Amino acid sequence: MSHRQLSDEEAREKAQELKTYLWGFGLAAVLTLIPFGLAVFTPIATATLYWVIGVCALIQIVVHFRFFLHITLSRNTREDLQLILFTVLILAIMVGGTIWILFNLYYRMMPSMVP
Amino acid sequence: MSSTTVKHPGLNLGHAHGEAHEASEELVFGFWVFMMSDLILFGLLFATYVTMLGGTAGGPGPSELFELKSAFIETTLLLVSSFTFGMASLALKYRTDRKVLVAWLIITLLLGLAFLAHELYDFHKMFSEGGVPSRSGFLSAFFALVPLHGLHVTGASIWLIALLGQIAVHGLDTPTKTGLMRLAILWHFLDVVWVGIFSLVYLGGTA
Repeated sequence: MSHRQLSDEEAREKAQELKTYLWGFGLAAVLTLIPFGLAVFTPIATATLYWVIGVCALIQIVVHFRFFLHITLSRNTREDLQLILFTVLILAIMVGGTIWILFNLYYRMMPSMVP
Repeated sequence: MSSTTVKHPGLNLGHAHGEAHEASEELVFGFWVFMMSDLILFGLLFATYVTMLGGTAGGPGPSELFELKSAFIETTLLLVSSFTFGMASLALKYRTDRKVLVAWLIITLLLGLAFLAHELYDFHKMFSEGGVPSRSGFLSAFFALVPLHGLHVTGASIWLIALLGQIAVHGLDTPTKTGLMRLAILWHFLDVVWVGIFSLVYLGGTA
């Protein structure tokens, strides 16, 4: 654990990983500024704005996983990828199911709850 | 990462760290399992929030209570803190001078605390405008989701302070290194959850 000189290979790796963080930060900043900028400065139609916000959020989440949490499809062992994909599956079933069932119920019984 | 065996998802310490690199396999994978279960919890609170959007019961709604300016400031603070923690991770991995590592960690901590202070100020303002959790189903759902994220940031900040203490007392031994690896995952993860919050709650609520 001593403080020592990095080998050439390590120095290359370090530069590479620093670049990863910088790219991640830059992309995340842009993907934050786009929806905030459109919401504040332009009279964009609400439906379009919702789409832009949603798409930017999804891309930004992928950017965070890729550049900050270093999740790539190629280098992970199978169990790790399965862990994340299984979580996404559970989320899709439970979140999608909750929204589907409750809004169906609202539509039939409490129309005032549908925004 | 090219020449080292990948032990777990995310940034690996690499062979130069010997024992800590070996020890991190189980610890970091276990932490990822916890993180993913936490993600499901947040996902369901998001779903609850969406189903409660119409339930303002005549009380103040999103457009009256939320301010995009403060949401933007909080987003910036958290995003920059995520980046500075990344710099701390690199300083740890490439054995940069310990002062550099500690400096990045302290910057990260200060940004996290600034985020929390700003969020508490926001809640205080909401309270003074009648936006209390008991007012409506919408506000109950809001105060279940957003302060839970804030509570996570508080916990992560306390953990960071504890790790700074560990570095001061024990130096960079294996438990400290693996602790920093796990806190890095938590910190980046909390920023991912915040992306969901500012998009769905703040931008979606005021659009």
